[in-house]
Amino acid sequence: MLLDTNWTLKWLTLCAQAMAGHRMELIELDRAIGDSDHGENMDRGFQAVLEKLAEAPPETPGAALKLAAMTLMSKVGGAAGPLYGTAFLRAATALGDATEIDSAAWAAALAAGRDGIVARGKAETGDKTMVDAWTPAVDAARAAVDAGAPDVLTILVAAAEAAEAGAAATDPLVARKGRASYLGERSAGHRDPGAASSALIFRAAVGAAA
Amino acid sequence: MKKLINDPRSVVGESVAGFGLAHADLVSVNADPAFITRKDAPVAGKVGLLSGGGSGHEPLHAGFVGRGMLDAAVPGAVFTSPTPDQILPATMAVDSGAGVVHIVKNYTGDVLNFETAGELAEAEGIRVRTVLVNDDVAVEDSLYTAGRRGVAGTLLVEKIAGAAAERGDDLDTVAGIGERVNLNVRTMGVALSACTVPHAGTPSFDLAGDEIEIGIGIHGEPGRHRIAMENADGITDRLLEPVLSDLKIEAGEQVLLFVNGMGGTPLSELYIVYRRAAQVLVDHGAVVARSLVGNYVTALEMQGCSISVLRLNDELTALWDAPVHTAALRWGA
Repeated sequence: MLLDTNWTLKWLTLCAQAMAGHRMELIELDRAIGDSDHGENMDRGFQAVLEKLAEAPPETPGAALKLAAMTLMSKVGGAAGPLYGTAFLRAATALGDATEIDSAAWAAALAAGRDGIVARGKAETGDKTMVDAWTPAVDAARAAVDAGAPDVLTILVAAAEAAEAGAAATDPLVARKGRASYLGERSAGHRDPGAASSALIFRAAVGAAA
Repeated sequence: MKKLINDPRSVVGESVAGFGLAHADLVSVNADPAFITRKDAPVAGKVGLLSGGGSGHEPLHAGFVGRGMLDAAVPGAVFTSPTPDQILPATMAVDSGAGVVHIVKNYTGDVLNFETAGELAEAEGIRVRTVLVNDDVAVEDSLYTAGRRGVAGTLLVEKIAGAAAERGDDLDTVAGIGERVNLNVRTMGVALSACTVPHAGTPSFDLAGDEIEIGIGIHGEPGRHRIAMENADGITDRLLEPVLSDLKIEAGEQVLLFVNGMGGTPLSELYIVYRRAAQVLVDHGAVVARSLVGNYVTALEMQGCSISVLRLNDELTALWDAPVHTAALRWGA
């Protein structure tokens, strides 16, 4: 199969459902090492994305991701708004006007999204941020493409599993970027909320293709 | 959770609406996107001064909109940075052609959102300068963190840069004065209790009845370390020591001493802290030339305070003394 506009719309819808369903869990994670607003902001942001998509349904995957990007940037606030907004915008730009996306194009779009997050947030792997979910996901998608995985679903699953493992791997880390970094050593022992919400987004991509 | 609210999701909108009604002589409120401007903005020929940040720190920032201080305030959700779709129109609303200074507290979200908005404003042909406030000495190792946070010193930057803009200084000069205030102010805070973000419903961190959190920011995030409760003089000494050593205050220097409440501590206790802090400064050989005591840069209903010391010179003192007329700060006007 190839990824198309319907898949993209379904993905964003499942993202919104995931953020609503995990709202309190993300708030709790953020309460431990941040300021308790991540679940609330992501839920509000993705609900706004759904409203925008309903107003003017986009015609290509890239257009849908661009609309999501602009909405997240203007509705989420905090660090997550600009970071997710930049990720979706860079991915949208990488996809261009294509109406159907193959494995290689999707892996490249994910890499572009991750590069956008790194450029904006200046975080590196191991800083206990969303980058720790995105980079393993990008690497896993790339590796699956290089290994000749023909099915795009395989790529999506590989990315989701890597993102989830990456998010879990932030538990023992000491934060070096974002608000959790003020806690120093006390940030260890908690999952990074941004990595957790990123893993939800990658998992929703699988659900949209199922 | 007991709060005087109707719905957690409408807290900021309803609070801003009430603020606009209460101070209709001073400000205009734009409901969507939310921002507050000085009634007579844009003031012809004057550099615009805009600040913003998460809500929950009232009276910061809207309470400081008015003559001699801010031209615009942009409130985000509680403890969440405002977004570019608010900051951009607010910037445009206060630009008279002389440019706009953004005063931004150094938190990752605030920096990213103001950076984006600043780029968009420049694309609209508005000159924007940013003053980043990072007065919090609690963050010791800025190489491995997001850097020192902007806390109570933000008020001093807004007042003094605001006076510079009001007297007609140009864009670079106003921004330069703001930066000079930031370079010469240091702050350290303590929490005696956590605060509860309305949409979260539970306290932002857990603190036992006999514990206090040293080195807190203003977003309800925990601080650097936790110690057993002490008396007011002991806590004051703990807060002031890193401020003075970091600022390297020498004998004979004039300073402004600012004891700021976090929202849930009575003024009487803030004066107990002030009394000790002023004595320590005098013992240190400093001259406390100006002072401010009150709940100005708060974290909802958090109990606690912060102590800020600003090194003064004749120009900064004159700008501090200049007339100001806002909802929360008013003298000489």
